[in-house]
Amino acid sequence: MLRFIVRRVLQAIPTLLILSILVFAWLRSLPGGPAAALLGDKATPEKIANLNHVLGLDQSIILQYFKFLGRAVTGDFGNSLVSAQPVMSEIGTFLPATLELGISAMIIAVVLGIPFGYLAARFRGGIPDNVIIVLTLVGVAVPVFFLGYTMQDLLSAPLGLPSQGRQAPGIDATAITNFAILDGIMTSEWDAVWDAIKHLILPAFALATIPLAVITRISRASVLDVLNEDFIRTANSKGLTQPVVRQRHVLRNALLPVVTTIGLQTGALLGGAVLTERVFNFRGLGFLLAEGIEKRDYPRLQALLLFGALVYVVVNMLVDISYGLIDPRVRVR
Amino acid sequence: MQQLRLTRTRRAALIGLAGVLAVSLSACAESKRDDAGGGGSGGTMVFGNTGNPKMFDPVFTDEGETYRITRQMLDTLVQNKPGTADLEPSLATKWEPSNDGKTWTFSLKQGVKFSDGTPFNAEAVCYNFDRWYNMKGAAAQSQMIYYADVFGGFAHNESSALSDPLYKNCEAKDPNTAVLNLNKPKGAFPAAFTLPSLSIQSPTALKQYDADKVSQSGDSFTYSDYAYKHVTGTGPFKFDSWDQGKGEITLVRNDTSTMPAPAKLDKLIFKVIPDENARKQALKAGDIDGYDFPAPADYGLLRKDGDQVLVRPSFNVLYLGINQSGNPKLKDPRVRQALAYGINRQQFVQSKLAEGSEVATEFVPKAISGYTDDVTKYPYDPAKAKDLLKQAGASNLSLKFYYPTEVTRPYMPNPADTFTAISQDLKNIGITIQPVAESWNGGYKDDVQQFGKQDIHLLGWTGDYNDAGNFVGTFFGRQKKEFGFDNPDLFKALGDADASPPGDQHAKAYQEANKQIMDYLPAVPIAYPSPAIVVNEKIKGVVASPLTDERFNNVTTG
Amino acid sequence: MNTLLNKKKEPIDKLAASSVSGRSLSGEAFRRMLRSPVAITGGVITGLFVLLAIFAPLLTPKDPQTRYLQDKVELGRGIIPGAQPGFPLGVDDFGRDFLSRLIVGAQQTLLVGVLATVIGVLLGVIIGGLAGAFGGWVDTVLMRLVDVLLAFPSLLLAISIAALFAKPSQWTVILAVSIIGVPIFARLLRGSMLAQREADHVLAARSLGVKRGTIVFRHMLPNSLGPVIVQATLTLATAILEAAALSFLGLGDPDPTRAEWGLMLGNASRQFLDIRPELAYYPAIAIIVVALGFTLLGESLREALDPKNRR
Repeated sequence: MLRFIVRRVLQAIPTLLILSILVFAWLRSLPGGPAAALLGDKATPEKIANLNHVLGLDQSIILQYFKFLGRAVTGDFGNSLVSAQPVMSEIGTFLPATLELGISAMIIAVVLGIPFGYLAARFRGGIPDNVIIVLTLVGVAVPVFFLGYTMQDLLSAPLGLPSQGRQAPGIDATAITNFAILDGIMTSEWDAVWDAIKHLILPAFALATIPLAVITRISRASVLDVLNEDFIRTANSKGLTQPVVRQRHVLRNALLPVVTTIGLQTGALLGGAVLTERVFNFRGLGFLLAEGIEKRDYPRLQALLLFGALVYVVVNMLVDISYGLIDPRVRVR
Repeated sequence: MQQLRLTRTRRAALIGLAGVLAVSLSACAESKRDDAGGGGSGGTMVFGNTGNPKMFDPVFTDEGETYRITRQMLDTLVQNKPGTADLEPSLATKWEPSNDGKTWTFSLKQGVKFSDGTPFNAEAVCYNFDRWYNMKGAAAQSQMIYYADVFGGFAHNESSALSDPLYKNCEAKDPNTAVLNLNKPKGAFPAAFTLPSLSIQSPTALKQYDADKVSQSGDSFTYSDYAYKHVTGTGPFKFDSWDQGKGEITLVRNDTSTMPAPAKLDKLIFKVIPDENARKQALKAGDIDGYDFPAPADYGLLRKDGDQVLVRPSFNVLYLGINQSGNPKLKDPRVRQALAYGINRQQFVQSKLAEGSEVATEFVPKAISGYTDDVTKYPYDPAKAKDLLKQAGASNLSLKFYYPTEVTRPYMPNPADTFTAISQDLKNIGITIQPVAESWNGGYKDDVQQFGKQDIHLLGWTGDYNDAGNFVGTFFGRQKKEFGFDNPDLFKALGDADASPPGDQHAKAYQEANKQIMDYLPAVPIAYPSPAIVVNEKIKGVVASPLTDERFNNVTTG
Repeated sequence: MNTLLNKKKEPIDKLAASSVSGRSLSGEAFRRMLRSPVAITGGVITGLFVLLAIFAPLLTPKDPQTRYLQDKVELGRGIIPGAQPGFPLGVDDFGRDFLSRLIVGAQQTLLVGVLATVIGVLLGVIIGGLAGAFGGWVDTVLMRLVDVLLAFPSLLLAISIAALFAKPSQWTVILAVSIIGVPIFARLLRGSMLAQREADHVLAARSLGVKRGTIVFRHMLPNSLGPVIVQATLTLATAILEAAALSFLGLGDPDPTRAEWGLMLGNASRQFLDIRPELAYYPAIAIIVVALGFTLLGESLREALDPKNRR
């Protein structure tokens, strides 16, 4: 098992290295430059040129790359152009919000998706099946930002749910980890916990639609696949009761592809978070990224993109490993 | 089966571990709530800001995001009368130029203290002037946009882009009189003394927190602790905290302020919400009490909800730039006039801009001294436009029209819409438009201002202080790639106007220059857009300022 | 290949393998599709959409560019005229006939979707085809590259590409969106090629001394067409959605005279959701229905081609 994990980790390294080079090359080929973002409206072309010189951006790309590499190795990705804060500390500050949102969305997607998928498979061709299939298809076809706006307009007031932000401004919540819910639980500030949950509901559902649809469909397909397998027929013919067959055999085996999908959907979640966080003013990494793109904030984009890729690679690694745990055959392959 | 059992034990172990962790965490994580509650009775206002401030030392930035906040804490020598662009006393009760305009004598207000308890006096004023003038390091100097604009350069210029310093020295004649000596007169004074960048800060605090330290980190800068959390002034509020994660900047009442008095509010919180729609949602939900720059289309709904939409008198101009070294036909005045006659500015302003916006007849908004109604006007007349084009032999004119994307500005709320309206109008008079969209931060200003790649383009200006030179001097005071023309008469007129002594003479000189500009028509002024500020029905005491210089010292949450 | 991300290619490879077992898009598959209500729904929606797009200029009741009622639009007072005689769906914020713009929008939307998909297919087919046909180090290098592309969430990739261009236009949007499909099609083609390398008809051709190029173009590529068409149908729906997301983020097509549903939705949902929600709702519904149509069609094609479903 350990060898399997080590192999997976080693395989991630070249991917990340190539990525770092690509990201750097990408940023340096972006039109405009940090000077335009650092200085406001009143900067004349001469002042911008001067600033570029001060920042060393008129040096050769190769030289700049090695400077970047030298700093990056020590974990220094520089300061953001927008906020003048070290980008690494920014990521630290904003990550909890995105994790909170992403995990909530994933929980919604899994908790609803697997039962829906199972339900659809059990009643294959029946009304529940058709309704669920149509819903999953529509779910994938709705633009996320539009869904967000519609939820704000139509659901926020009737349900009494906040339509933007992470916490009510008046609330006096103690921040320890920046995970609003966790902080509230640790300090027993229950009103803060409830407030944080309320702020999560709409954005989490908006973000969850696509993974929910995908997980539902994969669960359905995979349950159907398993139901056709020989060992289920064997189990049935052995006379095992239906619940036993379902729990021990069908669900357990059907879960494999679902776990994979969860890993793959992490990427989609990161993309969707950019839109959702923007619409709901939910101050997380997606929010940082949208602002960074708009202002061409090189240092921030550099760090964020590498970080995003790292997360994606790590999650896939964890999926691989959990795959190995659920299905021993994978380890040998 | 073996496998299954193993997982179960593992799961149990995990749950146990998590439990222990949670217990130990909550043991060390004490709620930091104070049960005392919020002391005073002035209440709190939460205001929605459009963007992130970088830091709070206004001398190192030219961004409104920072000024919006520092204006509540810091004072300038002279200030704008609330709601207008007229000057009124602030830290200086009187300001007088010498006859040659090279010396300014300030009589200072007495009994003023910085929020750190140190006294405000002539020495403090001179300390600030000296600090700016002696600023060292290329990193620091490259950030001081406004200072360099007004004062030209530093004791030791770190860049060839800077010119000779205007500043000579500052004398503290007595504790209440500061004398500023310049190397030559400057027309922008005294109005330029209102610039937030030139706020007077506490010398003690500046020294204590090493405020001049600006260092490079990667492709950006790190400022001193002073700029991040110790900015100290004389204003009605003082700095309390800055929560990056929440995007909240909290100021509290400065109880010792005599500028003019401590704020009525206990607390003033600025909440950064970049998305326009999210700001509106936040106001609706009561999460914030007001915000900057509501979308024009929302005014009606906001008012229906009982919110107060306060329209600012326009201090902006939006223009259609013409680059005469682009298409050679543009050198012909008749072609430039045709562009002006061909654009239905009235319709554009009425259908697309916010209430309070007006059609621009020249490049200086009405609120500014130097504005005159007596200029050549170009009302919408497509037939005349076509005729002029024909006379100039430019009936099948084709123009590269540059416009920016990914940006909104107070003078240009929606560039793409503006482009659409103008380009359709120009097509109607037979001009072929080749649209070139370019992203604002991706080099639009470089291409338009530094390289002059366009034939025509959209740009504008937000005034910094009440001086016509800040507008027309900046645009047409010298030969520029942006407009690509050489008109020595005009350059001279503007130069003379800038050097003319303050007062009536100054205004008259600019009125003449404005007439000259509108005859020559180096570009087409389109509109004076009028941005707004919105607060909910409970907030009293906000006065909309043309310079977005709203000070919240008199605000109550009644 | 035991890469980190190989899970993603499994369904694709399965699909790819299906083409090996014989006639792609065979008559049998087609007959099966005709019996499926899902396929028919998808087919009808996409068919109507394509017809609408092709004949759009003939179907518009008014000129979509003329600003008929601009004088009656007053954004500052929240007024955009609604439905009235001559303008069944009202006008947009420039006083242009909204119905005509929606109809013309079908054409622009199809254009963006199809071109983005076609570019994605071409790039993907070249990369995947090379990898599959040559194998060895070519395969390793190219697939590493594809892994890297896959490591980024597709929207982030599109945003990154879109930001790369100083001068945004319809074409930069199409290019940005097309990148999404590249790794998918590359994997698909490679899988299909690898599977075919040992297939009977290829072995036969090789033993007859047919040149490698000829084998690839005459025998291997045509056989991979079925799965590519299936995937392309699905990608088209995504492309339309992602173009809309780019518009929303301000990175979309900057030309507001162009009527494209994603652009219309992005603009309207940012500005007019409170005063004239229809300006956002109609393009949104159009996008949802069309994306749904292509998805249904693609899924039923996939199912029809899946050898497991042959009875």
